[in-house]
Amino acid sequence: MTHLPGLLDTEAIRKDFPLLDRTVHDGKKLVYLDNAATSQKPRQVLDALNDYYEKSNANVHRGVHTLAEEATALYEGARDRVAAFVNAPSRDEVVFTKNASESLNLVANMLGWADEPYRVDRDTEIVITEMEHHSNIVPWQLLAQRTGAKLKWFGLTDEGRLDLSRIDEVITERTKVVSFVLVSNILGTVNPVETIVRRAQEVGALVVIDASQAAPHMPLDVQALGADFVAFTGHKMCAPTGIGVLWGRQELLEDLPPFLGGGEMIETVTMSSSTYAPAPHKFEAGTPPIAQAVGLGAAVDYLSAIGMDRIEAHEHALVQYAVDRLCQVPDLRIIGPVTAEDRGAAISFTLGDIHPHDVGQVLDEQGIAVRVGHHCARPVCLRYGIPATTRASFYLYSTPADVDALVDGLEHVRNFFG
Amino acid sequence: MKLDSMYQDVILDHYKHPHGRGLRDGDAEVHHVNPTCGDEITLRVRLAGTTIEDVSYEGQGCSISQASASVLNELLVGKEIDEARRVQEVFLELMQSKGKLEPDDAMEEVLEDAVAFAGVSKYPARVKCALLSWMAWKDATAQALSQGGTTSTQEGTA
Repeated sequence: MTHLPGLLDTEAIRKDFPLLDRTVHDGKKLVYLDNAATSQKPRQVLDALNDYYEKSNANVHRGVHTLAEEATALYEGARDRVAAFVNAPSRDEVVFTKNASESLNLVANMLGWADEPYRVDRDTEIVITEMEHHSNIVPWQLLAQRTGAKLKWFGLTDEGRLDLSRIDEVITERTKVVSFVLVSNILGTVNPVETIVRRAQEVGALVVIDASQAAPHMPLDVQALGADFVAFTGHKMCAPTGIGVLWGRQELLEDLPPFLGGGEMIETVTMSSSTYAPAPHKFEAGTPPIAQAVGLGAAVDYLSAIGMDRIEAHEHALVQYAVDRLCQVPDLRIIGPVTAEDRGAAISFTLGDIHPHDVGQVLDEQGIAVRVGHHCARPVCLRYGIPATTRASFYLYSTPADVDALVDGLEHVRNFFG
Repeated sequence: MKLDSMYQDVILDHYKHPHGRGLRDGDAEVHHVNPTCGDEITLRVRLAGTTIEDVSYEGQGCSISQASASVLNELLVGKEIDEARRVQEVFLELMQSKGKLEPDDAMEEVLEDAVAFAGVSKYPARVKCALLSWMAWKDATAQALSQGGTTSTQEGTA
């Protein structure tokens, strides 16, 4: 068993995740390396979901009966936990959505409908990057098409980093919004937030950060980031699917128009017009994902008890080990930074000219779950001239033995197609 | 081992030594993609009357999608369109069988090397890989025929 400095006590942690015990394909031990797609769930989160449904299930913010009050307290309690988790100045800055995609779409739509000074229109520019997940590309393309605004982006260096060499030409006085990913889901790159935020603030542009691959893996402090909006999703950080978060600065959430209309988001309604509830409720139309929010609250408690700084250190040690070992596999090319510096826990690679589908299939037969394809970041594949990649991604319960299994598995893949 | 049922030697042979790969003249060209994995194929069909004179293709994808295009070329070139359509339908039926269809002699006679894909039908995520070139061929053939049809109609009404 390989011991690396900084590793967590994975033996204890893995006992919290029932699914990690299962086997696949006639008794093969599962090696789950698809954490960038979704994480597994600890018993503490599953128990919170069950408890909620077994003891307190009701709709929120309306009944005066006991269950309604309990459900509301649990739902709003989850908001408090998330606010503390990201160091938000106010709990009212935490909007619950269904996922990070909805969070990003919410911002993009609001900026198209907003009054000045936020309004994105034909005389303005939107800036994104070439390493975005499709969820941080398509909403901005839609906004650009609808408003006539110009969509610009930062390209990538051969090393898998943002090319910021012409930052002053990309982000200009016309730029209204800059939206970028904190940690790339395909390259693993951790982006230099400060440099981008400083330039955006110089020209008065709003900053949106997609933290989907950051929130599960490192301490996240929205005040330190200096952004105006931060989006992430619950299911990649031990919570259930169906719950996402948009953090936004309070004055912006107050000034900007609502996204979806319906129950819960109003103050008064007449047949001719309505007034809206204050944020965050203004952005939470309809019955929210209550149980899922409760699950997210439990996930935040679980991760915080272990410590996000310790989780970050664990993954850093593991990524260092994985990069070193993978670089020794013949014909393997890492797509993204080949060091562990400023690098998250997702490692994409190609293996000679063996197609990632074939790599993934042969690994699966050995019980190893990886993701194959373009990872909803097709422009990255185009940039590096590859059809797709195989991606292994780690989490707090991943071990050096998982890395060893992957490396052995890849050897088997090479023999199979050799 | 189950993998061998998917990666039959016939499939790996076609993957490593594809038949008819490369783009040549055609009456219609289509470009199909598999959005979930990014596999792509550009495929051209050339007809001579009701006979398929050539199916040429270029693309990128996994061994299953590449081998499938190679088998298609080997199987359909030289056939009458109606006969080729029947082969395509039988192949589609096999691929949608979720591994429950055991190819019999009659099916083997129609599909030849393509029966090797029976094992792929057990893997839902890979069925689309096997079908990519076949759907492209169907589309290209329909376009080639409708272009031919349009031309002849125009000639007829002129």
